[in-house]
Amino acid sequence: MCGVCGCGEGHSHSHDHDHEHTHDHDHHEHDHHHDHDALHSHATGLSPKRMVQIEQDILAKNNRYAAENRRYFSEHGMLALNLVSSPGSGKTTLLTETIARLKDDLDIAVIEGDQQTARDAERIRATGVAAVQINTGKGCHLDAHRVGHALETLQPKNHSLLFIENVGNLVCPSAFDLGEAHKVVILSVTEGEDKPIKYPDMFHAADLMILNKTDLLPHLDFDCEQCIHYAKQVNPRIKILSLSAKTGEGMDSWLRWLKAELELQRIDYA
Amino acid sequence: MTNPPGADLHWPVGCMAGIAMHEMSLCESILQVLEQQAEAQQYSKVKTVWLEIGALSNVEIDALRFSFDVVVQGSIADNAQLEIIEVPGQAWCMPCSRNVVVQQLYDLCPYCGSHQLQVNSGDQMRIKELEVE
Repeated sequence: MCGVCGCGEGHSHSHDHDHEHTHDHDHHEHDHHHDHDALHSHATGLSPKRMVQIEQDILAKNNRYAAENRRYFSEHGMLALNLVSSPGSGKTTLLTETIARLKDDLDIAVIEGDQQTARDAERIRATGVAAVQINTGKGCHLDAHRVGHALETLQPKNHSLLFIENVGNLVCPSAFDLGEAHKVVILSVTEGEDKPIKYPDMFHAADLMILNKTDLLPHLDFDCEQCIHYAKQVNPRIKILSLSAKTGEGMDSWLRWLKAELELQRIDYA
Repeated sequence: MTNPPGADLHWPVGCMAGIAMHEMSLCESILQVLEQQAEAQQYSKVKTVWLEIGALSNVEIDALRFSFDVVVQGSIADNAQLEIIEVPGQAWCMPCSRNVVVQQLYDLCPYCGSHQLQVNSGDQMRIKELEVE
């Protein structure tokens, strides 16, 4: 992870990175010097002002760390999933229930993102699997850089399943690639069925949607079909699973999906 | 917690804070690029920044402008002008086999009404160019 990491941004990391500071800014190699002709007309003869072409994605830095994480996951045959949702959708309960059913068969590790507290990581550790908590403080999403450092602490096993539970937020995490194989968006039936069109970016970015807390449907006016229609309207490719982490209804399909996706990570493509 | 001055009433406080923080972190990323490029491109002051922001990029332009001014204070881009080039959303409609303009990710094809659309432009957030000295 730290192959691209300068870590000179005031982050507090306990390990020493001194050796990297000589070669961590190699992204300057991009071509930025073309096609200035049209721009020279802006400059008056004596003005020191000039135009510089940048042509760089604002999130280029995050994307570089994400690519590094993705390479790490690939080399270790891991399946990394970025779990996103609003606060209170039942992500952590879904995780603890999933872990309870899979931990005897698979190696599992968890990165927990929250603004404050280590409560979720503690809930995960109580299931017996390793978890690292990232507190984002005032930040509203996890970024690939911090996930990379969490991996150093976590040291997940080869062919393991890594859940990255993002900060509860349906807005910002959609833009930040963490290097995951898939974003999985969790929506509980206690929320509105129109969430997919109210927060389209997240549902657009996700490959799988889990409609959670289906045990509560008899008590609610939630229209599942309409919700699924909205989700597919935003993202025609999205796959949807309905389940209740509490009662276990529908969990089998989710577990089967996880195992199948993990198996796919073992394939060596040419 | 009180509403920030000028906050629209239909934005819940938490949501407003979330959006502003999102733009704030984008501006921090922009400033990092400006500072990294300063050495390679040999400038010491950024006067104007041109950004290309897609209509589907989930960026609130007003929040971005506000955050930019705050983030660049005291940096090489202090008081820099922010010029935003807005790029319309575009998607490939599979049934029509052509590009169509979309305003939102959940828009239907304006010609055939299908939602089998693949966004191919308008989700970018790019730094285009700078005026420096």
